[in-house]
Amino acid sequence: MTQGQTHWNKEVALELIRGCLDREGPLLPMLHALQEEFGYIDEAAEPLLAEALNITRAEVHGVVTFYHDFRRAPAGRHVLKLCRAEACQAAGGDPLAAYAEARLGVPMGTTAPDGSVTLEPVYCLGLCAIAPSAMLDGRVVGRLDEGRLNALLAEAQQ
Amino acid sequence: MTPRLYVPIDAAALAVGAAEVASALGAAAARHNVAVDIVRNGSRGLYWLEPMVEVETPVGRVAYGPVAPSDVDGLLAAILADGAHALRLGPTEDIPWLKRQTRLTFARCGIVDPRSLEDYRAHGGCKGLERALSLGAEAIVEEVVQSGLRGRGGAGFPTGIKWRTVAQTQATQKYIVCNADEGDSGTFADRMIMEGDPYVLIEGMAIAGIATGATKGYVYIRSEYPHAVAAMEAAITAARRGGLLGNRIAGSSFAFDMEVRVGAGAYVCGEETSLLDSLEGKRGQVRAKPPLPAHKGLFGRPTVINNVLSLASVPIILDKGSAFYRDFGMGRSRGTMPIQLAGNVKYGGLYETAFGITLGELVDDIGGGTRSGRPVRAVQVGGPLGAYFPRALFDTAFDYEAFAARDGLIGHGGIVVFDDTVDMAKQARFAMEFCAIESCGKCTPCRIGAARGVEVVDRIINDDHRAANIEVLEDLCNTMKFGSLCALGGFTPYPVMSALNHFPEDFGAPPRLQAAE
Repeated sequence: MTQGQTHWNKEVALELIRGCLDREGPLLPMLHALQEEFGYIDEAAEPLLAEALNITRAEVHGVVTFYHDFRRAPAGRHVLKLCRAEACQAAGGDPLAAYAEARLGVPMGTTAPDGSVTLEPVYCLGLCAIAPSAMLDGRVVGRLDEGRLNALLAEAQQ
Repeated sequence: MTPRLYVPIDAAALAVGAAEVASALGAAAARHNVAVDIVRNGSRGLYWLEPMVEVETPVGRVAYGPVAPSDVDGLLAAILADGAHALRLGPTEDIPWLKRQTRLTFARCGIVDPRSLEDYRAHGGCKGLERALSLGAEAIVEEVVQSGLRGRGGAGFPTGIKWRTVAQTQATQKYIVCNADEGDSGTFADRMIMEGDPYVLIEGMAIAGIATGATKGYVYIRSEYPHAVAAMEAAITAARRGGLLGNRIAGSSFAFDMEVRVGAGAYVCGEETSLLDSLEGKRGQVRAKPPLPAHKGLFGRPTVINNVLSLASVPIILDKGSAFYRDFGMGRSRGTMPIQLAGNVKYGGLYETAFGITLGELVDDIGGGTRSGRPVRAVQVGGPLGAYFPRALFDTAFDYEAFAARDGLIGHGGIVVFDDTVDMAKQARFAMEFCAIESCGKCTPCRIGAARGVEVVDRIINDDHRAANIEVLEDLCNTMKFGSLCALGGFTPYPVMSALNHFPEDFGAPPRLQAAE
């Protein structure tokens, strides 16, 4: 998923929220729209969503924190997701994940100190016949080996 | 005539360079000043051959693969000269791996242009809908019941019975919900259909709408599938324009429209009631049943919730009749199953065949064993909640009941192959860890049990009171199996206990002569 470049802006947020109001069960579409715009769900968005949908702020907070996709803070400039599920484990994904952590110097699920890249686990990209697989900023890569991973890491560190 | 080439737009083909191959082909053609027509099709599912380029010839399509961008110049020359090439695989339909399959649900996948409704119609699309409209609601439900189609998401519940329940429930609004939250590792059939033949899913949902009186549909697609989301959205727009969706579908008096909803990275949302809560904009927590979704589903309305493959199998059942479909298969598993070979496998991909083929045939014969060349030690069938099978059980037939009889499940049809370097205690630990990460938190056996399960497996691995902790693990698995609200906590014991029972040596335990519960 492309990460938003826009800084948090209440007016823009309200416009995005209003844009989904006529849909049934609009909270997830709203959250996706906000994350796409800003790259994360700012805490200040929660009361706006609660008011628009006439639900409590606690309910909104509960939804935001339930789903792995929704970030509470901006990600790095790049997001590198490595598949950690069984098919990729079977094809040698574990050592590659350890290698990526070592090269970036950060554990899975965190952002490099220079803000270049967020390294994340993902549980299946549906590329299980060409495992191990990865996704860099929405671009899928299969048949991952150390060479291909090095290329992705170099790109992500830019 | 302008030569027509096919280069897949399927996400897995893209992940191994299909986009680069397509643009290199276009550039090479321009350099040589020849016109070529490049169609971006879905994948045929022979993934070790991707990117696979096909060429239309008077005798059918001819395949080349796996093609790298650097191969393109020589390849184009060979194609134009109709000459030999090292990557030439011959007529696509004659490739044994494809020829041996029975493609019903996947009949068009990899063949048609997924963006063209005209192409869909030209390849037999919409015929199921036409016949459905001539039959009427009750007869459609009867056809689906008679076909023996069972839920392809994993639970195996008869699809027609679900439809009948919704059809017989009175309401001003009913829904068709397609579960495209294909989160099981080792599975990708839903993704392939949505990217390679999206109209078949739309047609199946429209037929379900006519049969049950539902006028609105949702496809809930996981966020990890951006290509499938884009393909479905484009297809829905085109289907509205082409009269396949709207107020008068295919010129009839029936109304049906649908939209895509994107998940947000929660595995548990593949469970049907949790998916419904997610669609409603809530935390994706599991609902207690009853009420069944067929009575009170989305927004409390009667709802058909089916897997992608179940709905995508409906058009051919309506087109060819229930008997045609039912004649494939064995026992109570009728029709075909799109099986997915994955992980450390030599020939990985989508293999659709009638139920009844054995696990050994699938892994050794069709899959060709491991890609690493080492011996196959275990296969996990049915995703993260499926059991690990040792070679000794490779005579198990691919059938809902046969797998259940051996404490396993076919699930969504994914088979993940592991070689002899696998540590089964580590895999058991992962099963518990995954359940802990993905638990929705509603019921205690799953929420707490999975967290405790990781700790217990760790103690076993570290030889901390090993024998006693193995007993604790067995007891915990029983609690989770019988006490959990849904399949996440309820089935996590399958991979854990199968690993322990079939591979006790990896846990430092003595051999087990008979499988414990």
